[in-house]
Order: sequence, then C-alpha cells, then structure tokens
Amino acid sequence: MTATTVTAGTVRGGLGQSVVRPDGTAKVQGSFQFSSDYTADDALWGATLRSPHPFARIVRLDVSAALRVPGVAAVITAADVPGVPTYGLISQDQPVFASDVVRFVGEPVAAVAADHPATCRQALQAIVVEYEVLEPLTDPERAVDGSVPPIHPDGNVIRHQRIVRGDQTIEGPVTVEGTYELGRQDQAFLGLEAALAVPDHDGGGVELVVATQWLHEDQKQIAACLALPAEKVRLALGGVGGAFGAREDISLQVHTCLLALRTGRPVRIAYDRHESFLGHVHRHPCTVWMRHHADHDGRIRRIEARFVFDGGAYASTSSAVLINGITHTQGPYACENATVDGWAVRTNNLPSGAMRGFGVVQACFAHESQMDKLAAACGLEPLEVRLRNAMHTGDRLITGQVVENVAPVERIIHEVAALPLPDEPVGGHDGDILRLPGGVGRTTDAAHVRRGIGYAVSIKNLMYSEGFDDYSTARVRLVDGTVHVKFATVEVGQGFVTLAQQIARTELGIEDVVLDRIDTGVGSAGSTSASRQTWMSGGAVLGACRLVRDRLLALVADREGMDAAALTIDGAEIVDSGGLLRIPVAVAAAGVDIDETFEHHHPATEDLDELGQGNCHTAFAFCAHRAVVDVDTELGLVKVVQIATSQDVGRVLNPLSVLGQVEGGIAQGLGLAVMEELLQDGGIVKNPTFTDYLLPTFLDMPPVVVSLVEEPEPHSPLGAKGVGEPPTISSTPAVVAAIRDAVGRELPRVPVRPADICL
Amino acid sequence: MSVLVPTSLDAARDALSANPSATVLAGGTDLMVEVNERRREVVDVIAVDRVAELRAWSHDPVSRTLTIGAAVTWSEIEDAPFLAWVPSLAQAARTVGSPQIRHAGTIGGNLGTCSPAGDGLPPLSALEAVVHLTGPGGERSLPFAEFMTGPKRNARAAGELITAVTVPVLRGPQGYAKVGVRNAMVIATAGVALVCDADAGGVRLALGSVGPVILRCPEAEAIVAAEADFAAGRLAEPALRAAAEAARAAARPIDDHRSTAAYRRHAVGVLTARLLRRAFPHD
Ligand SMILES: Cc1cc2nc3c(=O)[nH]c(=O)nc-3n(C[C@H](O)[C@H](O)[C@H](O)COP(=O)(O)OP(=O)(O)OC[C@H]3O[C@@H](n4cnc5c(N)ncnc54)[C@H](O)[C@@H]3O)c2cc1C
Repeated sequence: MTATTVTAGTVRGGLGQSVVRPDGTAKVQGSFQFSSDYTADDALWGATLRSPHPFARIVRLDVSAALRVPGVAAVITAADVPGVPTYGLISQDQPVFASDVVRFVGEPVAAVAADHPATCRQALQAIVVEYEVLEPLTDPERAVDGSVPPIHPDGNVIRHQRIVRGDQTIEGPVTVEGTYELGRQDQAFLGLEAALAVPDHDGGGVELVVATQWLHEDQKQIAACLALPAEKVRLALGGVGGAFGAREDISLQVHTCLLALRTGRPVRIAYDRHESFLGHVHRHPCTVWMRHHADHDGRIRRIEARFVFDGGAYASTSSAVLINGITHTQGPYACENATVDGWAVRTNNLPSGAMRGFGVVQACFAHESQMDKLAAACGLEPLEVRLRNAMHTGDRLITGQVVENVAPVERIIHEVAALPLPDEPVGGHDGDILRLPGGVGRTTDAAHVRRGIGYAVSIKNLMYSEGFDDYSTARVRLVDGTVHVKFATVEVGQGFVTLAQQIARTELGIEDVVLDRIDTGVGSAGSTSASRQTWMSGGAVLGACRLVRDRLLALVADREGMDAAALTIDGAEIVDSGGLLRIPVAVAAAGVDIDETFEHHHPATEDLDELGQGNCHTAFAFCAHRAVVDVDTELGLVKVVQIATSQDVGRVLNPLSVLGQVEGGIAQGLGLAVMEELLQDGGIVKNPTFTDYLLPTFLDMPPVVVSLVEEPEPHSPLGAKGVGEPPTISSTPAVVAAIRDAVGRELPRVPVRPADICL
Repeated sequence: MSVLVPTSLDAARDALSANPSATVLAGGTDLMVEVNERRREVVDVIAVDRVAELRAWSHDPVSRTLTIGAAVTWSEIEDAPFLAWVPSLAQAARTVGSPQIRHAGTIGGNLGTCSPAGDGLPPLSALEAVVHLTGPGGERSLPFAEFMTGPKRNARAAGELITAVTVPVLRGPQGYAKVGVRNAMVIATAGVALVCDADAGGVRLALGSVGPVILRCPEAEAIVAAEADFAAGRLAEPALRAAAEAARAAARPIDDHRSTAAYRRHAVGVLTARLLRRAFPHD
C-alpha cells in the first residue's frame, strides 16, 4: 500500500493514520448496541402478516379473531394508515399495507402488536385473508413488450431511457456480441431489520430508533404516512449491522410507528432472516445485450446495448439504477458512438432497489465480458485491449458529459498487472484440501485442477445523479478544549465515525473529539450510499471545522494582538508565520465555546434528455481487478486463489478502513460471481435462509493484494474518492474471466454454477 | 416448557419414556435451526449432551468393532483414533459445517434428523452400521438400512432414545467426498462413501443427497469386488469406469433449488471414480 503523508502535522488520530474505530472494541466484545438490542419498559412486540402469493386480489380481510387473542394490543391494516397510503424513494407507489392487491410474495398486509412474539404469531395466524390468486407477471420481457395488462396503476414500465450519441451507422470491422445475465443478489447484512418506536406522552408524535441508511429521508416518508409534521417524527440511529443498499427503502419503519401511536406504548419489531429476505429490496436481476464495433487494433468505435432491469413489484430506486447502468455501458473506455436502450420494469418478483454498485455491477459484468471477447477477436491480450481504449480525464462519455475527475485508468491497469501472482502451485500445496476447489468436501485432487487468470476494470459514479442535491450537514462545537461533532450521517460499518474524528483532529489540532448521537437533531447528511459519505459528510465536517478554526484563530489573534491571517494550526499547536507564537490548541481553546454548522453541496448535475445526453453524474472513480482461480473442470468447482486490485482512491485517509472496504467489497463481488443468488420460481422465493443462500466463507475468500493509487481529486474536499462500491463492481467479472480462462466456456451468467462449467 | 438435563442413560431413558413427546436435544445444530425457523414446536426438552454413556465410545479388538455413543461430536470423530479405524466416517465428520458446528453437532443428531444430505449417513450405510435404541419397549438394534426409512424419517419410535452406533473396523481403503457450491459449510448436493473390506474382498458404495434415503450401489460394488486387487491397490481403468457408471445409474436425484438432477448424477459418477482411484491408485 502506498504510504500516506499526514499533511496537517502530527496530531494523534488524525487523517492518514490507521485510526481504530471508536465503536470497534464494543463490537468485538459484544457490547455494541445494535438496533435489535433496543428495548423500553413496557414495550410491546410487533409482527407483520405477509402475502404468500406473488399476485392476488384481497377478497376479504378480517382481523377480528386476532384482536381477541389474549395479549394482543392492536391489529392494523391499510385502513389504519392516517396519511399517504404509499411510500417510496423516488415515486411513492408502494403501499404501507396492501389493500386491494398483493404484488409480491412477502408484501405486508397487516401488522400486530402484542405482549410477546409468540402472541404476535398466534395473532397473525388468526387474521383471515381470502385471496383471489392472479397470474403473476414474472418475465421482465413481458413487461417490456407490453403484452401483459398493468399489474400496478403506474404501469409495468418503471422507466425507459435511450442513449443515442454520435454516428449510428458505424459497423465493424470487428464486432463482438453477447447477452449477459445476472441473478438476484441479496445484501445479506448480518444485523437484521429492527426498530423501536416510542410514542410521545401526548400521543402527538413518535421517536424511532432504527437501523437505516438515511434518517431524514425515512423521516420524510414516515411523517407523510403518519400525517404528522416532520418534527413530530424524530429518528435516531440504532446500531447498524451492515446495509449495502438494503436499508435505503422503508421496511418496518411505518409499521412500528403506527403500532406505537395506536397502542400508546413502545413497540419493537425485529425481522428474522427469512422475513428479511422478503422485507427489503435486492440487487436487480438484469439481462444485458451488448455489441461492440471496433477496429482491427481493438479500438472501440461504437457500442450497442440493451438493458432490462427486473424492478420487481415496486419502483424503489429502479429508475436511478437504470440510469446508472446504461450510462456506464462503455466502462472505463473512450467511446464516441453509442446506441443504448434501457428498461426498468415492474414484475411480481421481489422489489429490486439499491445494492452496492447500483446498476454499474450489471453494466460492468457485460462490458468486461465484451472486452475479453474483443481482445480474443483482435488477437490481443486482455489488458492490452483495455489499455488501448483506456479513458482519460477530459474524455467525453456517451452521455456527452466530460470526465473532469482524476482518471488513472491506464495506471491502475499497469499497477494491477504488476502485483505479485500467488506463489501457490496450481491445485494448492500438496494434500491441503483447504487450498483445493471443493475444499473440505474432499472432492478434488491437484491433478483435476486447471488455473485461470482474468481481469476486469470499472468506472463508477460517486454521489447522486440527475439533478439531485444530496448535500450533507455537520455541526462542530469547540467547548473548553473538547470538540463535539454532530451529524446525521448514518454509520453502517463503513467507518465514517472514525473519519469524522480524524478530520476534526487534523483540522483543529485537538485529539479529544466527541461524537454526538446520530439523529435527526441536525440537518440531513444524505444517504450512506453511492460511495458518497467521505466526500459529502467528510466535506461537511471539514467545512464546519474550518469555520470553528477561523473563529478560534481570530480569538487568539485578538488576545495576542496579532493578525489572524498569520495564524495557522500546525499539528496540535497554533503558530504564527513570524515564528513568535506557538501554543497548544488545547490551551488556547480553554474556556472557549464556538459552535458552527456547515452544509456541503456538490456542483449541480442535470437530467438526461430524450437521447440520454446530459451532465447527469457528479464524479467518477476507477478500479481494476485481477483474479486467479483454480477450477475442478470435471465437477465445476471453483477456488479463488488470489485477487489483486488497484483502485483509484484519490487520497487514503485511513489505510485500515480503506482495506476493509476493498476486502469486503471483493468478498461481495466474489459471492455474486460464484454462489450468491436468491432464487424465485413463479414469484415464489426458493431459498430465503442462510442454509441455501450461500455467502462466501473464509475458505472461499482468497488473499487480496492491493495497490491504492493516490492522485488527490481536486473536486473532493479531502482529495479522497469514495471507496465503497468499486471493489464489488469489477471483482465479479474478473473472477468470471478467470474461470473462462481455465475452462474455455462463455459463461454469460452469474452466479456461475458448477453445472455451467462442467455439463 | 421444561428442560431436563440428565447425566446418566437410565435417567435420560426414564425421562423420555415418561414423556414420549418430549424433544431430545443433543448439539442442537439441527433442532435449533428448525425451532428458529418455526418448523418445529418444542414443549419439553430432554438434553442428552451430558449423558456420560452417550458421550463415550468403545473399541472391541476381538470383534473388531467400534461403538460410538450418540452424543459423540463430529470434532471427536474427525480425528485420531477414528481416522484410522473408520476413515470414511472421520472424513465425513471433517466435512460437516464449521469448527463450531462440529464441536456441538453429534452423530446421534445426524441420525435423529436423518436428512438424505446428512454427511454421517453415507459412511454409516457403507459400513453397514447398527443403530442402537432404547425406550419404553426396551432395547433394540437395527441395521442402518432399516433405520433410515425416508427423507428425514427413521424407525425411531416415540419415546425412544438413540444410544449408539456400532461399526466394523475393517482393513482396506475408505473414503468420503461431497460436492457443494461452497468450499466449506455447505449442504451436500451429492456425497459418496466408499468402504472396502480387504479381508472379505468386499466393497461398499453409498450415495447421499441423491435419493430419498442413502442409496447403496450393489452393481458398482460387485464390479469393484470382482476386478480389484486389494493387495496391489490395483483397479483397471475400464472396471473403474464401469463402476462409476453403475453408481451414476444407481442415483435417484431430483431437481431442486440446490442443484439439478443431471448435475447430481454427474457428480456421483465423478466422485465414485475419484474415490476408487484414491483407494486403488494403480491402473
Ligand atoms: C451451520 C450449520 C452447518 C451444518 N453443516 C452440516 C454439514 O455439513 N453436514 C451435515 O451432515 N450436517 C450439517 N449440519 C446439521 C447438523 O449439524 C448435523 O446434522 C448434526 O449431526 C446434528 O447433531 P446435533 O447433535 O446438533 O443434533 P440436534 O440438533 O440436537 O438434534 C437433531 C435431531 O435429532 C434428535 N436427536 C438428537 N439426539 C438424539 C438421540 N440421542 N436420540 C434420539 N433423538 C435424538 C433431535 O430430537 C432432533 O430431532 C449443519 C448445521 C448447521 C447449523
């Protein structure tokens, strides 16, 4: 890893250091309070009744027997929602409770509150729902072709967008083509959905402790459904055990608050794993067709593509995922001519929404598969074709937008290629089953193994797009030598709590930084998603710290009779340019009380026009992966031996945190490549448990070798780019490319199943 | 709800006989999953993991048998001395779950659940194990083939406790291999156990996860028994191929969300061939 310089002196725990998380010890010791750990005296339990059908009309709904179950305090249905009956992040098309029809397996129909979870279950069983089962729409192509009547008043097409740029007549001379498919990946966070709602004494409001990704957006949606002003719905962050996009949408929030307001008592709801699989959105299953036209030397001349994203029953963020997908069609490669057609459609499958990578995972699997085909067609090495097409700062995308960020695509390709290959022989070290495909199953001997190497490179937009002002707010107080930082930035495990302290230490030269509770008691921070919080909330904390610092320096200047402009903070001391003054900040700040709030906004972006043209994205980051796999070709079993990665990170603010994101993201990308898929058949979910939804274990996760490319990003407040998503995006196609290299098959679908390799 | 934690076999048997609908709890690695997923209602519990007799095993060098108490864990079975006496069972033990699961999970629990994917079962089938039970009607012993009656069904009567299994200690190679989609902690999509009895010139193959019960492969067994040279560790390639093909044919797999029938059948053939080649390294 590249060494980092601590530019602003040597305060302990400042930027550039591998500072340990403030909540790390508690998490390791098991004393950290996750949202499922919150309770209150007199709290009731809530539970949700869900549809067993992918598509059905509710003919009769009778809760009277449930109300008679001893211990039941309330049963609520759509009729009990006082405000807007629906919610949603972009369009409000999803009912709090289904009233007339259910549109996916697991859709909430009613909720109960009772004295015990077992009583809740009894009550749920006592609710009578008569359904008239309808023919579900499960094939997204039927939604595209319009052959099925609308399954929702908003229609079956959530969004259709084209990108048409440049010369549409270019053909060949070399063309490569493929249709690629991605199964449904679940975010599979370990901390299940959980919340505690506590009603105000006067019954006029509610406080909700919840694991989410964006407190203020939740607040807005909940308040609308409850018909309460926003200030009557106060949210605090319950400890979040992972998110990865699955907590962007409302799940149990409205239900919990409604039950608390109805009963006048605190109510807690906690999903189990099965309910979690049904109760949150997933990564969009997607089919991508691409055709690349190129010169004989491998230079891309034109790309054609068609994307169909299965949005499931409700819109969630599908329209934004679609735009992300199609605007990343070209990958990190220069291309001036493109014809792209993209659809996000409604089906009676589970709703799809945000997941790490947000549409770009789908695009990247397709364009990287294409780049390997192009390399083969032109007789080039996979890396050579990528280098010849590598995008640079100043290049124009197929949307017409100019890439204004640092774009070290060539460099990351060179660096990933230069990282050491595993010294492990093919098939691992003699006799060690843990190093072989099939692992502890003892299926495979070294003689059955073939090794493959594959590469993939990605481009990912950072922050929100299409005109969205996803600003962030931070409040910093310097009180008697201690810094207090408050923000509503959701900590999902990514480490913003660590970073916020580091920024404050470096900017103010004070080690003692206290973080306030994360809640809606300060302005919005935007969502913890889109790799945006280091840039956006980092920018907000930085901005607020600088306002505080300027006031402190002015105060000291006043006191010392000096010019404030001559003062700076160097490490933990205030110094003047003349070299006369040098006092510890902590001493200068004794008795001081300064309070500043700062909002960080990124430059405005635009909507796409009819032809998909417009400056829709805020910024971009780049990443390259190399995968080495050993494959048992006869049984189709894969052991990933090593992943190497080079990532464009701008600046490393916390090496340990960055490494965590890199390794975790790769594990998730590897999971999509070879095992993770939530299966539905006719709308029915087949494997909603960790017995059958397989996540990579330690034995599936290889060593990772990393090269972080630090070219500070001038547009980013701290010079750093978001690092959360890129590791997930190109790791999947790199692993698949490596398997293809070993077995010589096209493998157009992920996850790659054993039978795809050997039958 | 009541929970009893007897420490002697008599106490455990009496408690279960008195309350035949009580749930027996060993390591809980199957039971608690069912409880958590609400597939099983538990009222009264009798925990057997502290019953000394059930935690014990004994080796009888005269009859050359090994009797393993029902509450012996996979982490015990995966190591010496089991590895030398019943290698196929020890290898199967190593494939179960994770270290945590193997420390809690027991051989009796595997038999109690009787899943066609239970990794302990193909070796027990191939070893022609005898399952010992005790209950209100006294003690009885059943051959494994009679004990397992269907997917997650067995011949245990209400109120009966599985006390132990007896397996022969044989001379000759053994092995177990299973295929799953993950490199550890995975349910078998196909598993094969091979047990050779060099003294009797016998060979036994048992298949897991490819039928409603563990399947034996008499045809494949006959081919190997006729063709193999135990002393030289030799099995000609055509015979090996024919045996693998016969094992493939013996499988009765289904399509489900874990795999396809076609892949399972294919895997049975490949695993059988590989186990045979490990057992008989020479062509
Ligand atoms: C994460 C995980 C991974 C797993 N991986 C594997 C795997 O790879 N391979 C595999 O085969 N299994 C696996 N299992 C399943 C399980 O660990 C095994 O089946 C184990 O052998 C069960 O033993 P136990 O002692 O935990 O049984 P328990 O859960 O205690 O009991 C299982 C059943 O047997 C009954 N029972 C237990 N003991 C007796 C007795 N003495 N008399 C009568 N009835 C009895 C119980 O009432 C219950 O019905 C896994 C489980 C988990 C949770």
